[in-house]
Amino acid sequence: MAEILPLNKAVEELIHDGAHVALEGFTHLIPHAAGHEIIRQGRRNLTLYRMTPDLVYDQMIGMGVARRLVFSWGGNPGVGSLHRFRDAIENGWPCSLDIEERSHADLSGAYVAGASGLPMTLLRAYRGSDLARYNQQIRLITCPFTGEELTATPSVRPDVTVIHAQQADRKGNVLIWGILGVQKEAVLAAKNAIVTVEEVVERLDPAPNACVLPSWIITAVCVVPGGASPSYAQGYYERDNAFYKAWDNISRSREDFQGWMKRHVLETDSFEDFQKIKAETAQEVTS
Amino acid sequence: MTTQPYSADEIMTVSAARLLKNGAVCFVGIGLPSKAANLARLTHAPDVVLIYESGPIGAKPSVLPLSIGDGELSATADTTVSTAEIFTYWLQGGRVDIGFLGAAQIDRFANINTTVIGPYDKPKVRLPGAGGAPEIGASAKEVLIILRQSQKAFVDKIDFTTTIGHGEGYDHRVRLGLSTKGPTSVITDLGILTPDKDSRELTLTSIHPGVTLDQVRAATGWDLKIADRLEVTGAPNANELHVLRDLEARTAAAHKGD
Repeated sequence: MAEILPLNKAVEELIHDGAHVALEGFTHLIPHAAGHEIIRQGRRNLTLYRMTPDLVYDQMIGMGVARRLVFSWGGNPGVGSLHRFRDAIENGWPCSLDIEERSHADLSGAYVAGASGLPMTLLRAYRGSDLARYNQQIRLITCPFTGEELTATPSVRPDVTVIHAQQADRKGNVLIWGILGVQKEAVLAAKNAIVTVEEVVERLDPAPNACVLPSWIITAVCVVPGGASPSYAQGYYERDNAFYKAWDNISRSREDFQGWMKRHVLETDSFEDFQKIKAETAQEVTS
Repeated sequence: MTTQPYSADEIMTVSAARLLKNGAVCFVGIGLPSKAANLARLTHAPDVVLIYESGPIGAKPSVLPLSIGDGELSATADTTVSTAEIFTYWLQGGRVDIGFLGAAQIDRFANINTTVIGPYDKPKVRLPGAGGAPEIGASAKEVLIILRQSQKAFVDKIDFTTTIGHGEGYDHRVRLGLSTKGPTSVITDLGILTPDKDSRELTLTSIHPGVTLDQVRAATGWDLKIADRLEVTGAPNANELHVLRDLEARTAAAHKGD
């Protein structure tokens, strides 16, 4: 059964230095609050998984949380480059970052395989792509029935997966809707799962085929209203696009980035506090 | 008939939209492909099925999405499935007619680089990476590519083949075991390039009105082949321009203040 915990307690208890951690959310329901808490608690040497590293991983990588990154697309969606991600890969700042690069088809399949308790993903992929030359984990396998050559890659089984969802009930059952990405698969692939939610409701009232993650597959549920901001949470808020654009400037220089992180994340003690400071600094920019 | 003035980007988007047949199942990338695909849906192809890699199938957004996770996509879709399902049942399962891609760099055989400029281990510029493109390029029955033409984008040799087009040309795709057509058109702000039927090298087969061959050559990083019977692209008509501008205005209004 999931325990309903404050986010800082869940991160403290479940995410340790050196752990393999996935924060998922396919540009919708990105667990920003949890990412901030991991930074605040000064975690180091994490192996991070994420199909689409975007702002939250730019922040984590720039703050030196990660040693290794497994991903399939890294950018500021609809805006451009991730400057901290690029600085880490191009210049090893603030520390060297190993990368393991895969495609969406592969990495989404790797979560399915992980959730299914399998050691590998099987797919038709990477034909003619140089990715298979640089990632030694991408191997060929022959189908024993047809003789077809297929691609095999290792499944993903994180120590901890973190996602954000819309609602939980008091027992910790979670309801999630809209663009689901690989959140369900990533939760089922992991040893432990932390789910931050917009709110706890008396009754979830899901439609029969709605995506419900039962309490007993989740380790901790944390109530963090706005916890996916600046990304979207369907039914709750839209993407704060102004912030996605502003991030391009904030993150461009190491000094500006560090100053921003210090004021907004390191010197705040919760996501609520962060949002207050963020609103104040946004005011300063516009006034 | 006199035509309204239009921009290079507008004729690029309109020319790409025209290549989508009504009823086609189209796997769409965000940005230029998404804009052209929605223009097709709002003009001559109301029954085009737009699939986005985040999960929406049959999306009918009234404004263009800011990103692949935009709620507008799932709110207007026939159904929204998981990302894993999109790539397995729908793409790998052979249900996609057209893969519609953008690119950072492209070469003469329509191979795409979206990974890195410079050596992989010591990159000069680290690009976002593959996303869904390698498998879209392999599993969609055919591929359309839309990007602005320049020396920076149309290069003699790409540093990294993220998504194969026609490889080294001729029957390279077949030798790799790919049974799909690969790129059939590259649509730019200057014209339309299509692969030669034998060598599969990209050839300029249509030039947009008012664009000169020198301009196209100057924007291409290799000695570009020009078709013997070069066509001039039909200018965007009033309805296409009206619908496109309306879509862009609605999109801008929806994101006003952002």
